[in-house]
Amino acid sequence: MQPFTTLTGTAAPLLRANVDTDLIIPKQYLKTLVRTGLGQHLFAEIRYDDSGAEKPDFVLNRPPYRAANILLGGPNFGCGSSREHAPWALLDFGIRCVIAPSYADIFYNNCFSNGILPLVLPLETVEAIAAAGNPVTVDLPAQTVTAGGVTHRFDIEPGRKTTLVEGLDEIGKSLANLAAIEAFEAKRGRETPWL
Amino acid sequence: MSPRTLYDKIWEAHLVATREDGTSLLYIDRHLVHEVTSPQAFEGLRLAQRPLRKPAAILSVADHNVPTSNREAGIADETSRLQVEALEENVKAFAVPYIPLLDDRQGIVHVIGPEQGFTLPGSTVVCGDSHTSTHGAFGALAFGIGTSEVEHVMATETLPQRRSKNMRVHFEGKLPEGLGAKDLALRLIGQIGTAGGTGHVIEFTGSAVKALSMEARMTLCNMSIEAGARSGLVAPDETTFAYLKGRPMAPTGTQWEQALAYWRALPSDVDAHFDKEVVIQVDGLAPQVTWGTSPEAVLDVTGRVPDPEQTGSPADKEAMLRALEYMGLVAGTPLEEVPVDVVFIGSCTNGRIEDLRAAAAVAKGRKVAVGVRALVVPGSGLVKRQAEAEGLDRIFLDAGFEWRQPGCSMCLGMNDDRLEPGQRSASTSNRNFEGRQGRGGRTHLVSPQMAAAAAVTGHFTDVRRLLGA
Ligand code: SF4
Repeated sequence: MQPFTTLTGTAAPLLRANVDTDLIIPKQYLKTLVRTGLGQHLFAEIRYDDSGAEKPDFVLNRPPYRAANILLGGPNFGCGSSREHAPWALLDFGIRCVIAPSYADIFYNNCFSNGILPLVLPLETVEAIAAAGNPVTVDLPAQTVTAGGVTHRFDIEPGRKTTLVEGLDEIGKSLANLAAIEAFEAKRGRETPWL
Repeated sequence: MSPRTLYDKIWEAHLVATREDGTSLLYIDRHLVHEVTSPQAFEGLRLAQRPLRKPAAILSVADHNVPTSNREAGIADETSRLQVEALEENVKAFAVPYIPLLDDRQGIVHVIGPEQGFTLPGSTVVCGDSHTSTHGAFGALAFGIGTSEVEHVMATETLPQRRSKNMRVHFEGKLPEGLGAKDLALRLIGQIGTAGGTGHVIEFTGSAVKALSMEARMTLCNMSIEAGARSGLVAPDETTFAYLKGRPMAPTGTQWEQALAYWRALPSDVDAHFDKEVVIQVDGLAPQVTWGTSPEAVLDVTGRVPDPEQTGSPADKEAMLRALEYMGLVAGTPLEEVPVDVVFIGSCTNGRIEDLRAAAAVAKGRKVAVGVRALVVPGSGLVKRQAEAEGLDRIFLDAGFEWRQPGCSMCLGMNDDRLEPGQRSASTSNRNFEGRQGRGGRTHLVSPQMAAAAAVTGHFTDVRRLLGA
């Protein structure tokens, strides 16, 4: 996984509440066998009209947001299904960081699995960042976001932070506990043999 | 030891290690796999040259993409076919147990797990699908995961997890005639909102929950995710044990006795602490219908489409205006006057035998209204067979419903079962998001009884009137 340290760029505002995973990537694009190439379908239902042409008023169809690498969202961002296609589509479009007041749990986890930082800040702060304009700088080691000369601090769990900053392989990390896993399985075999 | 909740007990019994960063490594007993969220996980194993640790812990099936008619002829849609073929190749390569497409046991992953006795109390169950919460009906800690986590479980049989908070939802009283667990779920989501359970595991308690059948408990737990909670739980009891006994993958003989003793110790201790509590009286509850594009936008069927002018903040007003526009609804319209084009009865929420019985009881001797298309899609081949043995298929067919083959179908329309733009559905599924059942489709979530009532009257109808309740 690509490490995440600092990121400077364009933040696109999509401040509605309850942006669900069906909206982020509709089901017709879930038939893929790979993780890449989904960026063109990101937000397809609201980004394109029935003929497949871009809707000019949708934020990611407007300059400078076509090249956005940060997305500003509303509360309960990413609610709905477990589809990791949602962060894959964001990443493939070029988004490395989402800034929103709150997230649905599964989407939040899926972001970390893909080197995307889902950053939590109060709605007023997200709105202030949107109003301040670009560029926006996210500094994960320092836990700050700077926009329009104003710096906002954010909180993040230390474990999550390390995973992103170091770009760690989670599976490798868990396999380092192999002895503990095997010991657990032996105990489980004795205590709950029906499992 | 201080009093513990059911969730605390399952959590502690599955703790493998606490890692340096403070997260816990949780052991995963059961893993359900389907065709949509697994290809990249199998691919990841191959690329990293990692073995799949425990194939026997997995049960796999294709459900999201599969056609629900004339399946014997194969899958016409090429990308769907390729995805199902990829699953078939992967399960063969990694020696994973698989239920083939034409097998009687094939069906929606959350219907077949319980049906086969794969889901057991006190176990941990995961699946690359958010409605894994369904399995919590058995007192199993069951939650949806992303594809990277699917790969993680395949490689390690564990997941790094952070402990959730405990939330108790207490349904008190007796569910009125004509209502079901779907109404309880929708009522709860209407009250606490789609983020109300975020960060929590919900345990459902109370006399109304105690009285529910296993299938109804599954409906309730299924929609925990729509309330923001990754898992819902019901404490195992005699109803649970009676359901499990004799299922193909349930324990037998002395192991059954051993398991029973273990399961009986699982319910939350009397004084266990919950971080959040909600109490809902169910006695006067009316059938629920959603009107918007989020499951929390729900009302009694006797209500009217809400008025954006009378709502709170400007943001709420804007969201409501957008929802009403998308749904093609006018503020103030009585819900019972809203006509439907399509009725969908099925999904992992309401595609089990009791759901079909409840819908058939309303459809019996009636006809689907002119201009309405109504589909019944059993949750599994075994549900379908059971329904046919009881003659439910005849009731539906005589009334003018389509009787189809099992799968996810119009719950999300990855196969050919989809709403056309502008079409309005009464659906027993779980999500009414924009475009969920087809681009431009307008979904109203209801119970199976209410869906059948809409089918035979052509508009939303208080099913209690049809039942003479
Ligand atoms: S029936 Fe619907 S909600 Fe359930 S697993 Fe299938 S697509 Fe998901």
